[in-house]
Formats: sequence, C-alpha cells, structure tokens
Amino acid sequence: MSGFWRLWRDQFSQEHVDRFRQIRGFTHFPGCSEIQKILSVCCVFQVHSFTDVCWDKCVDSPGSKLDYRTETCLQNCVERFIDTTLTITNRFTQMVQKGTH
Amino acid sequence: MDGFGSDFSAGGSGGKIDAGTIMEQVKVQIAVANAQELLQRMTDKCFKKCIGKPGSSLDNSEQKCIAMCMDRYMDAWNTVSRTYNSRLQRERARM
Repeated sequence: MSGFWRLWRDQFSQEHVDRFRQIRGFTHFPGCSEIQKILSVCCVFQVHSFTDVCWDKCVDSPGSKLDYRTETCLQNCVERFIDTTLTITNRFTQMVQKGTH
Repeated sequence: MDGFGSDFSAGGSGGKIDAGTIMEQVKVQIAVANAQELLQRMTDKCFKKCIGKPGSSLDNSEQKCIAMCMDRYMDAWNTVSRTYNSRLQRERARM
C-alpha cells in the first residue's frame, strides 16, 4: 500500500469515515463558517454555486424568459451534480478503507 | 430564536451583551454576503454573455442584454433553489 493511502487509512477510522461522508455531503458548502452552519444558511451559498455551474451548462443566450428546455436542464443539472458529489464521496471513502488506488 | 436576548444580558458596567442583537447582526451580515455573492456571479455571467469586444461605453443592445440577463439569472437561481431544496427534503426523508 502506498504511503499516501496508508496515511489516509490511519487517519480515517470507520467512525471518521462516516462523519466525513456526512460533512462532505452536499448540505455543507465548503466556504461555510460555523455560525452559518448553526443558522442553517449554507444551503443558500450552495445554491449560488450550483446556479453558477448550471447556468454555463444550460443557458445559451438569455431571452425574455427561461424556456421549458432550459428549466428542465437546470433541474437535471442540480440533481446530477448532487448525484456526482455522492458518487465521488462514496467511492473515495471506499478507496480509503481499502487502501487501493 | 425568540427569548434569546432576555436571558443573556451581562449587566454590570453598562456593557450589555445581548445575544438577540448579535443574532440580528449576524443575519444582516449573512444577507449582505448573500447579495454580494449573487451580484458578483451575476455580473460575471452577464458580462460574458453580453459584452463581446469591449467598446468605449456600453451601447443600447449591451444594456438591454444585461437587463435581460439579470432577470434570467434570477429565474435560474430560483429554479435551482427549488430543485435543490426538494432534493434535500428527499434525501433527509431517506436517512
């Protein structure tokens, strides 16, 4: 096992891994301060992040309103981004536990 | 959130620490940060969409584009917010 993964495995007991999974989940925007977490306002900043990414993916040129195709794209974008986050988190914690690369 | 302030004042020498007031100030700061975040990203997106080769001023079509872009960005923000919140509810129901 490479040194990198040994280091991670030693740091991450099962309890650690479960908590890491929770924290890393999409409900906590990385830039959130502790007070923001207490007030449950991290969600708002996550919305800013998603809107930024999904605007680039879904909006070509701004018209007089958002058409149905764009609305659907935005909704799908959010859902798939969250799915991606969960997939990466789960796979990463598996990798850490197995110590494989 | 109610009843915070009344139990937490440190009297004494006139320096009164009111947790309720602090809460209010924090909420204001968060509202400001939220607005700043929105405006910064909106500006970035709409500049990219609306301004091609920068001229010596913003012409009429660029101004109109910016106005439309702002409206659409806020529409998009609302859509994303709704989708995100309902996904959160579904995930929480599963836990």
